[in-house]
Amino acid sequence: MDFSNKTALEIGQMIKNKEISSVEITKQMFENIKKTEKNINAYISVFEDVAVKEAEKVQAEIDKGEEISPLAGIPMAVKDNICTKGYNTTCGSKMLENFVPPYNATVVDKLKSAGAVILGKLNMDEFAMGGSTETSYFGTAKNPWDSERVTGGSSGGSAAAVAAEEAIYTLGSDTGGSIRQPCSFCGVSGIKPTYGSVSRYGLVAFASSLDQIGPVGRDIKDCATVLEIISGHDVKDSTSIKDSSFDFSKSFDGSVKGLKIGIPKNYFGEGLDSDVKDSVLKSAETLKSLGADIQEFEMPVVDYAIPAYYVVACAEASSNLSRYDGIKYGYRSDKGDGILDVFYNSRSEGFGMEVKRRIMLGSFVLSSGYYDAYYKKGLKVRGLIKNSFDEAFSKYDMILSPTAPTTAFKIGENTSDPLKMYLGDIYTVSVNLAGIPAVNIPCGFGKNGMPIGMQLIGKAFSEPVLVKAAYAFQLNTDFHLKKPEIVKGGLA
Amino acid sequence: MNYETVVGLEVHVELSTKSKIFCGCTTEFGGEPNTHVCPVCTGMPGSLPVMNKGVVEFAIRAGIALNCDITRYNKFDRKNYFYPDLPKAYQVSQLYLPICQNGKVEIEVDGEKKYIGIHEIHMEEDAGKLIHDPWDDCTLVDYNRCGVPLLEIVSEPDFRSADEVIAYLTKLRDIMMYLGVSDCKMQEGSMRADVNVSVRPIGQKEFGTRSEMKNMNSFKAIYRAINFEAKRQIEILEEGGKVIQETRRWDENKDASFAMRSKENAQDYRYFPEPDLLPIEISDEWINDVKNNLPELPEAKRARYISEFGLTEYDAGVITSAKQLAYLFEDTTAICKKPKEACNLIMGELMRLLSETSTLPEDIKIDPKKVADLINLIIDGKINRNVGKEVFEEIFRNDVEPVKYVEEKGLLMLNDDSLVSDTIDKVIADNTKGVEDFKGGNEKAFGFLVGQTMKALKGKANPQAVNKILKEKLQKL
Repeated sequence: MDFSNKTALEIGQMIKNKEISSVEITKQMFENIKKTEKNINAYISVFEDVAVKEAEKVQAEIDKGEEISPLAGIPMAVKDNICTKGYNTTCGSKMLENFVPPYNATVVDKLKSAGAVILGKLNMDEFAMGGSTETSYFGTAKNPWDSERVTGGSSGGSAAAVAAEEAIYTLGSDTGGSIRQPCSFCGVSGIKPTYGSVSRYGLVAFASSLDQIGPVGRDIKDCATVLEIISGHDVKDSTSIKDSSFDFSKSFDGSVKGLKIGIPKNYFGEGLDSDVKDSVLKSAETLKSLGADIQEFEMPVVDYAIPAYYVVACAEASSNLSRYDGIKYGYRSDKGDGILDVFYNSRSEGFGMEVKRRIMLGSFVLSSGYYDAYYKKGLKVRGLIKNSFDEAFSKYDMILSPTAPTTAFKIGENTSDPLKMYLGDIYTVSVNLAGIPAVNIPCGFGKNGMPIGMQLIGKAFSEPVLVKAAYAFQLNTDFHLKKPEIVKGGLA
Repeated sequence: MNYETVVGLEVHVELSTKSKIFCGCTTEFGGEPNTHVCPVCTGMPGSLPVMNKGVVEFAIRAGIALNCDITRYNKFDRKNYFYPDLPKAYQVSQLYLPICQNGKVEIEVDGEKKYIGIHEIHMEEDAGKLIHDPWDDCTLVDYNRCGVPLLEIVSEPDFRSADEVIAYLTKLRDIMMYLGVSDCKMQEGSMRADVNVSVRPIGQKEFGTRSEMKNMNSFKAIYRAINFEAKRQIEILEEGGKVIQETRRWDENKDASFAMRSKENAQDYRYFPEPDLLPIEISDEWINDVKNNLPELPEAKRARYISEFGLTEYDAGVITSAKQLAYLFEDTTAICKKPKEACNLIMGELMRLLSETSTLPEDIKIDPKKVADLINLIIDGKINRNVGKEVFEEIFRNDVEPVKYVEEKGLLMLNDDSLVSDTIDKVIADNTKGVEDFKGGNEKAFGFLVGQTMKALKGKANPQAVNKILKEKLQKL
């Protein structure tokens, strides 16, 4: 049975119709993993025996006629910063290499009760800090479209696993673009949900006020279905919003008629690859031809998004990552003498370069004498960015922009230039600062053959409208159906 | 030159909410190490805090009792520092918007009254405890106390003597206990104070440089430390030296303070708003609700005991000195309607038993119903007062049921005059020397003969009857 071009929802239906079993497709995933993983490195750990047993269990329930969820029995995988009870949750770091949480993240509990079969834990930039999955302690993840190129990050494993058919769908997390940008680089769909709509309980914190868990899938409908399952109020997360579940029932009529879509002109200036620019503008034309009302406008405050983001995110990270001190869990250095040495050496040896850089940045902007000049100013800019999005959404239903200024770059190309790496987040970070949702969907290919993604941004809780537009686009284009060579020729 | 001592206090009070500030773990003191913990209070990766509303409620209660303004829009901040007893490496506290501000408390020292300003009260979480194991030469961490809610009550530098400080602390402790927000057990660390001391020449406006002694948990130590520190600083100034701003450690055994670290290389706590908690808004309704349900405070109780129950000022003062005594008194009185009797039992028997058994008033567990029953037994003449004392002790020690106890032990008063009369005849016959002495004018001998009679009757006789009959018989001799 070939299900290479099938979505999770379609496979779910096939399982229900007894055309295929959860066990079969789960085993198929492990075969795919065995074949391609050495070239991809999307996983940090896989749970083969457990997953097959889980698939058998879910299949038995489906056979009994139990209505579990449209995704029951579908094999999927989880980014390794999302806690899985009894299974290592490493955050891509030496620091947590052997950390086994005694609890599940709320999203994991929700997915399990929806019948998800968890294949393993996915590679990522260390503590989700990076845009290429090159900072992972467990090795760089490689782009399924070209193994010399990066997957993007930090949810590189989440995007690559879907693109390489090593999972039907995955979970990632997005603090400044960490779902959207790797999805763009790997040619898959993903949603960064509204802040507060998906519980953060069990998501190892990078920047608490920006982090959100979200889905990565073969198309936007799969992503919406997953989001419906994982969203909703959680008493264990004070920042989770009451009545935060989504209704996508009106999102799949395939129409964009009358939708007002704003295109911020200043997003298409210097630093943007011409391939990317052309594809995104062409996609705007496609949407226009489908009946959307496309208008250009300016959003200049976004120019300050990168510095504001790195100030706020690093400040929170410096505090969130202080708990890794070698005392309670995680890596402890055996060098030195006394408590200060335990702190210094464990952190010096347990964290990688990028994490240390951001901890230092964050500690600096919070230190007395600099707080007002950096952190407080960062918060002010954050407020201005929110306002400017509010203003834009008083005129438009959504904003269309590139997801990233380039296609996937070569491994090692940007590692010595952190600033260049940070500038790759230019179109994504403002969305996190404003706490609003955005989706990435594939919208073309560069001359180098690498996928290009576009971003649709909406106001808080407008996911159903964003999905509606993305679905209509995917109904009329086939970028999301294209497969990299690595899976072509009946790998699946 | 004459100097004036200036003291400011930061008092930490552990709240007696059932569960911790951000998780459901118990706040109970003294469990096996690391048994009152969960992923949240040990700061495991991915765990998140959820505010215990009871903590806010207790803070409002304390704020109202200390005449503070209640902050309507509350936020929490993180105070970042590395220490093994702080599992997240930050303490969730309130730096920018503390829940209570601008309060005051009246104290009285040697008949002089004055107000001590309360700068602020903020909510925060407690840290764990480090325990050094001298045998294995290692340090162990107990996280049970992590996340126990605290109020930090910051006074203005309004104290001018150690006596004022003790008067304030005593009053603060009383108020907190009466409010039910804390048990303020200093020996368990649920009330502790950071003491800031400076001196200045009398008449000088500016404050002198202060030193701080942290986590002091006995009134005696605080008292001695303030006086020591003031003397030390005055000596430095007298010798032309300069006091340096520093943290000092009070060594109770050596009766002296020692420098720990100076403020010049003070820690930078990198405070910033806690992103994992939403701001808390406190409505007028909430404040009014707390106000209307505020427990009666010791001063009001004392006045009422005098006017309503006719207690002396001294007795009312002693009984209201601890919440448990006051409640025992009130509840007993409510049942038996005999305030004087209840007061006498507490002032006499209970106080004696507390000191004999080294029990603190807050630890007493006496059922007021039983005390009321006992009082009724005495008033109704069922038992005599001496038996009453014995039964009270039994209630105190063994929680006995008084009516059942006196019946089982056969302690009911003998109202059989012929038995008393026969017994006295026997006592007179057996104690000729006593009788002679009495006749010879020795009044004490009468008491002796009464005692012998009571002894023969196992103390159960009505003493008035014994007195009367014995007197008659002796006169007839």
